[in-house]
Amino acid sequence: MELTDIQKKVLAEVADLHKTPVGAFNIRANGESVGRNSTANIEIIPKKDVSGIDIRIKPGTKNESVHIPVVISQSGLKESVYNDFYIGEGADVLIVAGCGIDNCGSQDSQHDGIHRFFIEKNARVKYVEKHYGSGEGSGKRILNPVTEVYMDEGSTCEMEMVQIKGVDDTVRTTKAELKAGAKLLVGERLMTHGDQRAISNYNVDINGEGGVADVVSRAVARDRSYQEFNAVIAGNAPCRGHSECDSIIMDEGIILAVPALKANNVDAEMFHEAAIGKIAGEQLTKLMTLGLTEQEAEEEIINGFLR
Amino acid sequence: MLELKNISFEVDDELGQKGILKDVNLTIDAGKLTVITGPNGGGKSTLARIIAGVEKPTSGKIFYKGEDITDMSITDRARMGIGFAFQQPVKFKGIRVVDLIRLAKGEKTLSSKDACKYLAAVGLCAKDYINREVNGSLSGGELKRIEIATLIAKRSDLSVFDEPEAGIDLWSFQNLIEVFESMRKHIEGSSIMIISHQERILRIADEIVMVKDGIIAEKGTCDEILPKLSGTDSAVKSCGIVDLWKEGNN
Repeated sequence: MELTDIQKKVLAEVADLHKTPVGAFNIRANGESVGRNSTANIEIIPKKDVSGIDIRIKPGTKNESVHIPVVISQSGLKESVYNDFYIGEGADVLIVAGCGIDNCGSQDSQHDGIHRFFIEKNARVKYVEKHYGSGEGSGKRILNPVTEVYMDEGSTCEMEMVQIKGVDDTVRTTKAELKAGAKLLVGERLMTHGDQRAISNYNVDINGEGGVADVVSRAVARDRSYQEFNAVIAGNAPCRGHSECDSIIMDEGIILAVPALKANNVDAEMFHEAAIGKIAGEQLTKLMTLGLTEQEAEEEIINGFLR
Repeated sequence: MLELKNISFEVDDELGQKGILKDVNLTIDAGKLTVITGPNGGGKSTLARIIAGVEKPTSGKIFYKGEDITDMSITDRARMGIGFAFQQPVKFKGIRVVDLIRLAKGEKTLSSKDACKYLAAVGLCAKDYINREVNGSLSGGELKRIEIATLIAKRSDLSVFDEPEAGIDLWSFQNLIEVFESMRKHIEGSSIMIISHQERILRIADEIVMVKDGIIAEKGTCDEILPKLSGTDSAVKSCGIVDLWKEGNN
């Protein structure tokens, strides 16, 4: 596997990878797979009709991980990639995705990852997805991830989605369907700066009794950036749904937060919260009394907020 | 160490200008523990906030270690060695107890072991608190003790505490006094200024300053001042623990 220094740097950012990962992996760079490994329990098979892979995890697989990072360093490359995850009954795995674009050129680079998760009964998945952009070029770095999660009875899916820096334009679409006793926990952390735009849409249907969905977003919009958070959680059975959007705006940043709930069953318990505001003055003051400058205090507060 | 010269602080209210502090002159010497007392609304907290730089005086000058700091920022004052513990500790989202202690110490990284000793000093079991967020999930008393721990970690030459005992339970009152005493012992030449009504805190003062209606109404050693204040709202005795059964619960 040969990667350039820039590609290695981006890989470290999006997947904390400094060397070849342990376990199953597929590393995609500039539209091609540059490294792939299946294990006895986790099989990675390239798709034939479209670009992408199938990841098949055997029932009962425990304490194993799959890394599928994507790196784009070629200006002007645009791709749509379809990855399907089949997680067998009772499995318990960590999936680390993530995409980094380094664009030094003048043409836009774009990666649209379409991920579908089919999580069988009582399986547990932790999914970590980091998006990152770098490079000095005028070409935009665009990421439009689509995530679909189909959860069977008693399954759990914990998703950590992070986009902290350098992505110019993002429309994130996440859809989930939960059967009885399934539990979906989403933690999104987002920071936009410059003239960036980020839109996040969630549609969650809790269809089975005892299903739980919790979608929590923490976002910071700096400079002239724009963010939208639209979350619709529908409770179609006796279940519990919660969505929360907590945001900090700075400079001329704009945030539109719409955490919506729909109860289609009298025993559906649904809650939402949204808060948008600038950094509280007293928080800055407190850290300044410890010797930080106003700017250092701001950075600490934001780093803590997005941790 | 600190000299306030003709400090006044005015605010606008519906009747026009209102003087919170009126031409206050005060000197805090190095190595001394000064307690500022007086009735509520008398200007004590404003005085503390003016020293820390959180409020700017309407007129007057502040000198610290011989330098005019009147127009100096909060940050610069903190870096010169002024520490300030808020009456109402600030809550954050995401910033943990360990982060605050690390920032107070002015270090990039801080080991858990190092951070733990500051929590232990304020009677908190460190491992339960070190990674907790400094937010509303902590009680008022816990936040207050963490606030004091950050000031211990900062090792300031002048530490200003605004009503440190508020919200702290009786069990830790003696502990709090020990904190002040050991700060004096271990930070050479350091001065401590405490705003408090509590008689037990007034008792450990080298000097007591009574602020009332925006002026310094009285000032002197503990022996001189305390007898005059006893029983007033400037020197409140903390409620002792009553043994209900011993006193007859009939």
